[in-house]
Amino acid sequence: MNAPDTVVAPVDWPEIGPSRVPYPVYTDPALYREELERFFYRGHWCYVGLEAEIPETGDFKRSRVGERSVVMVRGADGAINVVENRCAHRGAEFCQQEHGRAKDFICPYHQWSYDLAGNLQGVPFRRGVRRDGRVEGGMPPDFKLEERSLVKLKVETFNGVVFASFDPGLPPLAEYFGPEVMPWLGRVFNGRKLQVLGYSRQRIPGNWKLMQENIKDPYHPGLLHTWFVVFGLWRADQKSQLVMDAKSRHAVMISRKNEGGKGEVTQGVSSFKENMKLNDLRVLDVVPEHWWNGPTVTMLTLFPSVIIQQQVNSVSTRHIVPRGPGVFDFYWTHFGFEDDTPEMTRRRLRQANLFGPAGYVSADDGEVIEMQQHGFAARDDYTTISELGGRDIGSSDHMVTETLIRGMYRYYREVMGL
Amino acid sequence: MERDPRFDVALRLEVEDLYARYIACLDQRRYDEWPGFFTEECVYKLQPRENFDRGLPLCTLAFESRGMLKDRVYGITQTLFHQPYYQRHLVSGLAIAAVEEGVVAAEANYLVIRTRKNEPSEVFNCGRYFDRIVREGGALKFREKLAVFDSELIPNSIIYPI
Repeated sequence: MNAPDTVVAPVDWPEIGPSRVPYPVYTDPALYREELERFFYRGHWCYVGLEAEIPETGDFKRSRVGERSVVMVRGADGAINVVENRCAHRGAEFCQQEHGRAKDFICPYHQWSYDLAGNLQGVPFRRGVRRDGRVEGGMPPDFKLEERSLVKLKVETFNGVVFASFDPGLPPLAEYFGPEVMPWLGRVFNGRKLQVLGYSRQRIPGNWKLMQENIKDPYHPGLLHTWFVVFGLWRADQKSQLVMDAKSRHAVMISRKNEGGKGEVTQGVSSFKENMKLNDLRVLDVVPEHWWNGPTVTMLTLFPSVIIQQQVNSVSTRHIVPRGPGVFDFYWTHFGFEDDTPEMTRRRLRQANLFGPAGYVSADDGEVIEMQQHGFAARDDYTTISELGGRDIGSSDHMVTETLIRGMYRYYREVMGL
Repeated sequence: MERDPRFDVALRLEVEDLYARYIACLDQRRYDEWPGFFTEECVYKLQPRENFDRGLPLCTLAFESRGMLKDRVYGITQTLFHQPYYQRHLVSGLAIAAVEEGVVAAEANYLVIRTRKNEPSEVFNCGRYFDRIVREGGALKFREKLAVFDSELIPNSIIYPI
């Protein structure tokens, strides 16, 4: 799987290995197109949504796999189908509603109609039009409806999370994510029904991989994000664990909050504000939940398309939608669980002030990614450096390391043949 | 015949003046004064129209007291790293929907233009305010301000109040 056929672009990767990433990896258009093929359209499961978004037969939601528009729909048999949002006839993106309920999908241009599984049901004037005793037009005799379905993606769900792929030859999800990462996915999604709280959408002018890196980078949260270091939500002196799968493409950052305040890890840290006090503490009214089993934060990076966030009581999926070498869209879906009390729902919504495009600890992630892209744009002859904790790659029982980023680029180079 | 309080000229002028002062405060970056436009117990929400229309509760920002607004001011001035930008608010089409028991329900369209250093000005966020305004200590204040924005994609981030 993923065996590279050719070297795709003239990137001169330094001898030293995946701890250095040449800037063109973030800017080169040819490389980007090849990434879409090799990561988003072949060999990888991509996130499309949550089952809770389409509970009834005919419920649909528009989503994206890479740059391609897809529709996730619950079929007549209750199963979830994902089809490409592109009419087989003349290529029109037939579904223009973000969500809704449908009996079938009809392309407005020439009214080709498809059932909820994407099968072509009929086309107007297929047998021609009868006039004055003769038949005019019509499709050729060899036209077969069953050969003109919508492109159907392979679909697998895990406890309410829907993944899809254009590649029919993928291994099951459990094998794809691997035994190291699966338990952490199963901790958040343990089979309870989910309750969608809403969406946030932002366009970040940076390469899509930078968002994967950002959530594989435990170095920055206690430095960039004042709230994390002051209130002890995420900092280097916490009991932590970094986990990666055997291919080092997926990862989990796991930690436990502490009381915050002054300590070794705040010395010389300009973002640490010793005297910072909140006027209203309700934003940080954290109540432990039984399913946490210890950790207060787990951040999963499921390569290439999604991040699963549990930060205290705030839970969300963050969907990465590439839009070109230097820009991606980022869709957040915040959710809770069916057994949440109204107080817990309110708490999750209050803590959402920390996350998303305006969040106390997320707005600046987008900002620094944009600044990185500016830095890359004007030079082809430099590399980034990810050598905190050395140059080796492996799981870790602390977070003073950039090992997860190195792991991702080891895998990246294998797939891209770089 | 009793006059419809929605068309009270003095009240309308006063509400218009409240909006004018509010947007001038934000555009002139006098953020410390922003919480003072609200009552102590208040609601400030900035919400994507997608969520508003579907009855989903998630907001981009959701504050429930003047204290939370003060914490946001601390956040944007002291803790949130960002590329600085100017905001320019345009508010139009003020509609006073109701005046009941001293609470003015007002709505208006808004447009915010963002200008970053060395960059052209661009449309940043557009939507509609749905507000509840009350009189406190002789002056009109927002008891609730809900800004529902059409903008499907936030251009990276929203730092300052809208």
